[in-house]
Amino acid sequence: MAKIKPRVKLPKKAKAGETITIKTIISHKMESGRRKDKKGNVIARRIINTFACKFEGQTIFGCDIEPAISANPYFQFNAKVEKTGEFEFIWTDDNGDTYQKKQTIKVS
Amino acid sequence: MPELSRRHILGMGAGALVVSSLSIPFSALAANTMATDAIMKFTGGAKPKDGLVTLDMPEIAENGNTVPVGVSVDSPMTADNYVKSVLVVADGNPSAGVATFHFSPMSGAAEASTRMRLAKTQNVIAVAAMSDGSFHSAQSVVKVTIGGCGG
Repeated sequence: MAKIKPRVKLPKKAKAGETITIKTIISHKMESGRRKDKKGNVIARRIINTFACKFEGQTIFGCDIEPAISANPYFQFNAKVEKTGEFEFIWTDDNGDTYQKKQTIKVS
Repeated sequence: MPELSRRHILGMGAGALVVSSLSIPFSALAANTMATDAIMKFTGGAKPKDGLVTLDMPEIAENGNTVPVGVSVDSPMTADNYVKSVLVVADGNPSAGVATFHFSPMSGAAEASTRMRLAKTQNVIAVAAMSDGSFHSAQSVVKVTIGGCGG
């Protein structure tokens, strides 16, 4: 599979108590386990099965994912920020790999 | 005897279409046992109430491989009154589950959106679990032109 690359978009600065919108996408085929190859063999399932967003170690948003989520899974959600800190985004693959991305936000 | 013109035939077709599309939404929660089971497992047997939940989906999805889906729940999202999680199921897919979103009071607003696969024209149902133990749901019918589950 092509290299798996997570991308995250969130504002660099925010006011205390503001609700910000976070957009994430990760390049992943999300093989559903239902497709067949040319010989008729089922292609093994391999998807991102969980996604989590943490702020300073505390989970803000999470998602359990089924094969019905499209390839290159995209998530948009919100977070309420009170102080400057670091967001951590974690994707978990069916094969046990995790993909991480971190980004800080300045809160005034 | 007036001939059965093209216009007449088209008219009859349209009538039949209206009838069939009307009869779908109301029977949906009972139509598919797999989707119902998934909801019952999520709610612990409780029947979700209507309202509070908004499911934002297109009426017609040309490509079933990527159908945008947005869920928002009307909630103040404070420490003692917030949305715990939202289950999304599709009753016409080979497996009903789509995703479960988990929120916290730090989410600020109980809104999330993603993109999903739909095998055929079907109902998509969102069920929200509130922190007070109640459940609310919303559903919408999506017409799918090209299915998106491989073959």
